This record gives sequence, structure tokens and C-alpha cells, in this order.
Amino acid sequence: MSHFCAARRATLHRLGGIGLIAGSAATTMPGSVLAQPTAAFERLLILVELKGANDGLNTVIPFADPAYYALRPRIGIKREEVLTLSERQGLHPSLKALHDLWNARELAVIEGVGYAQPNLSHFRSIEIWDTASNPQETFQDGWLARLFGHSPVPVGFAADGVVVGGNDMGPLAAGAQTSRSVAISNPEQFLQRAKLIHPEKPVAGQSKALAHILRVEGNVLTAAQKLNARHNFQTSFPPGDFGNQVRTAAQIAAQTAQKGGGVAVLRLSLGGFDTHQNQLGTHAALLKNLGEGLSALKAALTEIGRWDSSLVMTYCEFGRRTRENQSQGTDHGTANVQFAMGGRVKSGIYGQMPNLTQLDGSGNPAHHIEFRQLYATVIERWWGLGTDASRAALGGRFQPMDWLRA
Amino acid sequence: MFSRLLFLIVLVGCAAANAAPLGEVDARFLLTRTGFSPTEAEVLRLASMDRTQAVAQLVDAATTHAKKPVPAWLNEPLIKPAALRNASVDERRDYLQLDGRRNFDTKAWWIDQMIATPTPLAERMTLFWHNHFTSSGQKVRAAQLMLRQHLTLRQHAMGNFGQMLHALARDPAMLIYLDGAGNRKQSPNENFAREVMELFTLGEGKYSERDVKEAARAFTGWSVDRENEGVFLFRGAQHDDGVKTVLGQTGNLTGEQVLDILLAQPGCAEFIVAKLWREFVSPEPDPAEVKRIAAQFRESRYDIKVALRALFNSPKFFAAENRGTLIKSPVDLVVGTARQLQLSYTDALPFALVAAGLGQNLLAPPNVKGWPGGEAWINSTTLLGRKQFLERLFRIDEMRDVAMMMPAAPAMPTAPAMPTAPAMRPNDGGAIQGIGQLGPEGRERFRQAAASIRFDAPKWLDQYAGKPYSAVRRAVLPIEPAHPIKADADQFTLLKSLVLDPAYQLK
Repeated sequence: MSHFCAARRATLHRLGGIGLIAGSAATTMPGSVLAQPTAAFERLLILVELKGANDGLNTVIPFADPAYYALRPRIGIKREEVLTLSERQGLHPSLKALHDLWNARELAVIEGVGYAQPNLSHFRSIEIWDTASNPQETFQDGWLARLFGHSPVPVGFAADGVVVGGNDMGPLAAGAQTSRSVAISNPEQFLQRAKLIHPEKPVAGQSKALAHILRVEGNVLTAAQKLNARHNFQTSFPPGDFGNQVRTAAQIAAQTAQKGGGVAVLRLSLGGFDTHQNQLGTHAALLKNLGEGLSALKAALTEIGRWDSSLVMTYCEFGRRTRENQSQGTDHGTANVQFAMGGRVKSGIYGQMPNLTQLDGSGNPAHHIEFRQLYATVIERWWGLGTDASRAALGGRFQPMDWLRA
Repeated sequence: MFSRLLFLIVLVGCAAANAAPLGEVDARFLLTRTGFSPTEAEVLRLASMDRTQAVAQLVDAATTHAKKPVPAWLNEPLIKPAALRNASVDERRDYLQLDGRRNFDTKAWWIDQMIATPTPLAERMTLFWHNHFTSSGQKVRAAQLMLRQHLTLRQHAMGNFGQMLHALARDPAMLIYLDGAGNRKQSPNENFAREVMELFTLGEGKYSERDVKEAARAFTGWSVDRENEGVFLFRGAQHDDGVKTVLGQTGNLTGEQVLDILLAQPGCAEFIVAKLWREFVSPEPDPAEVKRIAAQFRESRYDIKVALRALFNSPKFFAAENRGTLIKSPVDLVVGTARQLQLSYTDALPFALVAAGLGQNLLAPPNVKGWPGGEAWINSTTLLGRKQFLERLFRIDEMRDVAMMMPAAPAMPTAPAMPTAPAMRPNDGGAIQGIGQLGPEGRERFRQAAASIRFDAPKWLDQYAGKPYSAVRRAVLPIEPAHPIKADADQFTLLKSLVLDPAYQLK
């Protein structure tokens, strides 16, 4: 049997397909002509998932709307506590860090983001967000994996994307696409363990399952080869899991394409937002955690000169019910507020505040911004890719929004 | 006419395959797929039987009765809600730590049971149902209730699905996990009503939002008596006894009647059989076979053994194209390796923690949908974690360092402000939920246990002395290795290369 294998290996050698490292397997993409110059993906996208569904109504508070306090007599955030954004809206008091971004004119608040015929199951709804599908259809690939299938990230990059937090690949998950994304929660450990992968090119995988494992191996080898430098930051990172994610993200962002690394996307995640009961304290702690992490992220990216070439955007599966429940928490809702921030973000409030007097049968407001408009904005305005790329990733054309400077 | 003839030929062909002795290759495949990676002795016992006999033997002999004694604290009184409410921050932390340690007791006990059992199919089925009727100790916060739920799953694992559904619907841990305990007439909570349809019986899209709302009303009043050892309690005053309509049936429906309406849906048996197919056969269920097996399952009024026999006797089960197509779950990997390589150990806690670190923390699934499984088991983090666990087995002196595989224990939450939303909580793929609750005592236990794990490679390899390389290869890999093996390697190096090969992650 070993004889047989040796023969196959020799054949591969003759075909010239064998690289020194398996990572080369991932770089032999079909139609290897790059659709876009490296420049597009030198702009970094940093996604932050608020797992469990953030309560947007207690994040950006419509303090001038009496309907808000009528719906939330016990958990409503008092007018005098909010950090003012406008004469009608303000941020949760724990979001001091985001308020600083607002004052620096680098924060877009996007109100009323959702989709028609909303699904209230966490799993299904985050799947819809991750795969950019309609509620009636299911896609295997994440929207970013589909985008990179259409407009490949340059082969010299360390990876298409790196999942720094969360144990799923989310929008980078690849079913049919050959994604080059990896998860790295601890860079030193990642490099150490990558040595356990056989560095030679494997025999082609026969089953889908084996092909998947081999793809992951190839991605790890490439990322380990290219993300091995360390930057010493002056920035201090907050303690805890999310702070660690921010630190890792900053480390990876420091490895730009010019330095032989580079990634197009980083995904962070902060969990615990499924606040069905006694949400006040929990939610305040979560938002504080979020704000402090994002503040450190800005400081670190500024330090390495990447704040202007980074776009940070939040997302989650849905918002929460407008009316508080009996347990001083909130149940699953629909339309929600999301944030975009960065050196090229045009500060402002976009979309429309939820109309709390026009709720659907489940007590949820209508959405005004289709969630795929956020993605279209990223694809067309941030990365400057064409509408064909947008269509390929999103399964249709969605109107980009105007919250980015050129 | 022609197609009928063809059908007969296929039928005869199948009958012939079913009547011939399995042989070692098929026996190993059957044992691996229905249990965990087997020892040579297990393979030899089954190899001389024909398929039907072997399947009957596996299914009928499976005993869900636990061989290892259940943790002794099972019947210790639960903490009273008032006591917890009035507890100081320190007392609260101590309670959570004790509860967390007990959950780790259960995990270790169960893994030990999986390694020791003579009938691994029973353990696989208990695990299957744990991933179906999910609950998490992270939310339930009462290890006794989690263990009681486990024993209920175990009791029904190879029994009747309908009875199991009824038992789990009134299971206290489930009532807490899916908020049923707080489902009152004045403010129905839809969580259980939604999941019982979406995840437990029918699947997404087979019911309407209205069905969810109406069913939630039928379950109002189903509660937990926290003052009385957390037993099931029906609070009549909280029950909505008005008229409801669920899936076209109208009446003053009770929760039990709603469960029966769900069980009567033709789609229910197919939903369960398709899930069994993905667990045991391949990632893509064969629609015709699922229909056929589901019909038998339904006919039998949900006898789980009927479904399993039909599934394992399906020609598709043994089909060549389905071999090596399933990715081992972390529990599969750890327990299978321990069984097959006959690792010696004093305490199974490290195995439970390794599986947890690889993404399968027993008693703490990521959310109510359970572990998604399949390719989702393998990302860069978990694949490297798997390889590290395996590689250390070959560095005998360094097994004590297995402790280093564990991410540093996160600091215990000091404030009660720890997010209490278990359905979705951060998990970076490396951090183990609740590991902080092990406490110093638990971590010491873990360190000692990890240091005691041994793989006696020379003794194990003795079984293959004088046999060709292919015998070792066939024992540990379901398909050819992805990385060619050096022909001149010694057996130890050879085995290590095989175990670290990507194909070892498959079954």
C-alpha cells in the first residue's frame, strides 16, 4: 500500500503540481486572473457580531418619543442619562467610547436595518444575515465567501478573512466556494500548532469532508507563513475575551499586504445579547465592553496608520421586541440599529428611527434599510468593486448607502 | 416490466450481501459508525456474522443502563431560590462553582461510560438525543436537574420517540432552558413552543407563527417547583384553557395534545429519520430511503430500534461512496481514540475537557439547535487542537502537558452582571464555557488526571507484529491517507503519521 502512495506522489511531482507547502493548493484558483487590483482589499473590513441580538432600542434611545417610555416603563433608559446624538436620539450611557467617535465625526448610526418577512429564530435569522439570502431561500456560502469567489482576494494575502471571535465562520463560511479564511484566537498558539500540519501537498480529497479538511490545512499553512510578525502596540487593550479579540485583530491588521501579509476581513464577536430577562445590568455591561473594545481598536489602528483604511461595522440577527416583557427583558424583534465607524466614515444618523406607534402583529416595527444595503455599501463604496460583484455576493442589486467618504 | 426485473435483481443482490459474513473491513465500519472506533477484539467478534445478524445484535443488545455509578450528589437537595437571591457575592460564586464542578463530574462520568460501555450504540444514541433535546447547564444552573435530564434521555434513547418527547417536554431542565417554567397565561413565552416544532419534531417552515403562538398558550402553566426539588409542576391558575388552533386542529388544547398533534404530522418521522441519517450514514440523506424508513418508524409508533435497524440495513449504509464521508465529532475523536488505542487513565475528566475545547462541551451545547456538526466541526482552530491532542499521545512523557492544551481559565465573573443569556454566548472556539467554575480544586483534579493518561504504543503495535502496513492503516483510517506514508518508516512513526493524517478525522 505504501508503494501505491509513493507512486501517486511521484505522479504529482511529474505533473508539477506539488508546491513546497500545501498552501499552494489554495492559491491555484480557477481562472487565476485577478478581477481586482490588490488595492481594493488593502482596505480592511472589520465586522463585529453582537451575538444573541442586541437591543437597538436601548442602544440608540429615542428619548423624545413618549411611546418609547410607554413600551418600556421599567427598562427604558432615562432621558437625562443618554449621551445625546440629536434632539431626539442618544446613546446608552455605557457607550461613552462610541460617543467620542461621534464627536470625532467618525460614527454612522444606521437605524431600522432588517428585512421583509422577518424570521425570529436566532439560527435562521443569523444564517440569513451571514449568507445574504431572502428568508425563503437557503444558501450554503457566506456573502463574503461568495464575493471572494467572484472577486478573489490577491493570492499574496495571508488569508481572505480571519475569524478572531466566534466559533463559526459566519459570513466567511464556505460551502461551495474555496474560501481562504481561518480562525485565529491566539496568534502564538496558532503558529505553534500549525507545525503539526504536514507541509507537503496532499493527495486530492475524495469526499467533500476530506476536501474541507485539506482546505483548512492549506489555509492554516498559508496564514502561518504570512502572519508571523508581532507588532508592539502602545495601545492598551481592555481585559477579557473581547479585549483579547481586539488585540489579535490589531496584530493581524499590522501585517499589511506590503509587508507580505494582509487580510481583507476580520470578524470579531461579542456574545450574551439575548437579554430575555433582567436586562438592564447585563446590557449595560455588554455595551461598556463593546465600547471599550472598539475604542482600543481605533487607537491601535491609528497607531499603525490603518484607521483611514479600516471600516468597522456591527451586525446581528435582529433587534429586540419594542415592549419589555414580564421578566424585565426583551424578546426577539426585527428591525435594529447598526453602527459603522472608521476614518472614512461620514458621521450621521442614517435610515429611519423605528416608528413605535406602527407595530406589526408581533409588536415589531418595520425596517427601512434592507440589511444587504450595508453589504452593497461595503462592496461598491468601500472596496470599489462593481455592481457585478455586488450581485454575485448578494444575489441581486441593493442600493448602497452614502455614509462613506471617497 | 424491465424496471421490475431490475428491482428483483437489486433485491437479490442485497439479500446476498446481507447473508455473507461481514468480514473485518465491514465489521469495523459498522462498529465505527454505530459506536466509536473499535478494538481488534470487537471487530473479530462481529466479522463472522452476516449484516442482518450483526445489526440485530448491535441494536438489540444495546443497553442504556449506565455501567458506571452515577455521581453521588444526584439526590442532594437543590438550593432554594430564596437562598440564592439572598446570597452574598461570595456565596453566589461558591454555589456557581460547585454547580459547575458537578456538571464537569457528569461530563467526565459520561465520557468514562462511553469509553467503558460494551454497547457504544446506546451511548451514541444518548448523545444524539442530547443534541436533539438540548439543554445547557450554563442556563439551568442546577447540576442535579441536568443529570436527571441526562438519565431521562438515557432511559428513552433506544425506546419510543413519542414517549421521549412527552418526557422531555415536562423535564425540569428543559422547562428552565427554554423558558417554559415562566410561560404564563397572561404573558405566554413562545420559546419552547417554537423549538418543539422547529427543532424537536417538524423542522423549519412546517408550521406558522400563529401555530407557535397558539401552542405556547397550550403549554402555559407547565412549570418547575423550585421549592420542592425542582420537580415538574402544573400550575392550573397559569394555564390558558381557552380554544386554540394548532396545525389545523382546534379545541381547548392541552400541552400533551399539542405534542400528540405534532407526533401525528407525517413530516415528523421523516424529520427524525433524516437527522439519524446525517448522524449515521452521510451528510446528504437519500430522500427515497428516508421516506421508506420513516414509514416503518411511523408504522411502529416511533419505536427507535425499528428506525435504527432499517437505517443500518439500508444498502446505502454500507455503500462505498458513503465511507469516509462523515467527520468525527470531538467526542467521537476522543472516545474513539481512547477505546481503539486502549489508553489507560484514572479519571476521564481530561477527555471531557479536550472534547469541550474542540467544540463539543457536553451539557453545554452552543444553543438550542445543538452542535451543527459535519464540516462545522473543523475550522483552523479545532483542526489544530485535534492534532495537538493526538500528537501528545505519542510523546508519552509529555502527557502531563495535556493540561497546556487548555486555554487559561478565564477569571470567574465576580459580579452578578455576568450575561445570563445562554442561548448565545461568546465562544471563541478555544475557550471552554464554564471552565472557570472548575475552581482550583477542579483544576488540580484535571492536572493529575491528565498526567495519568498513557498510550502503550509498543503493546498496541504488538497486535500487528508481522502484519503488513495495510493492517495498521485499515485499523485507524477509513480511507487511504491524504499524505503519503514513508514506506521505510518504523511502525511507531507510521502509526503516528496515520493518526495525524487528515483521514483520521473521518469515519
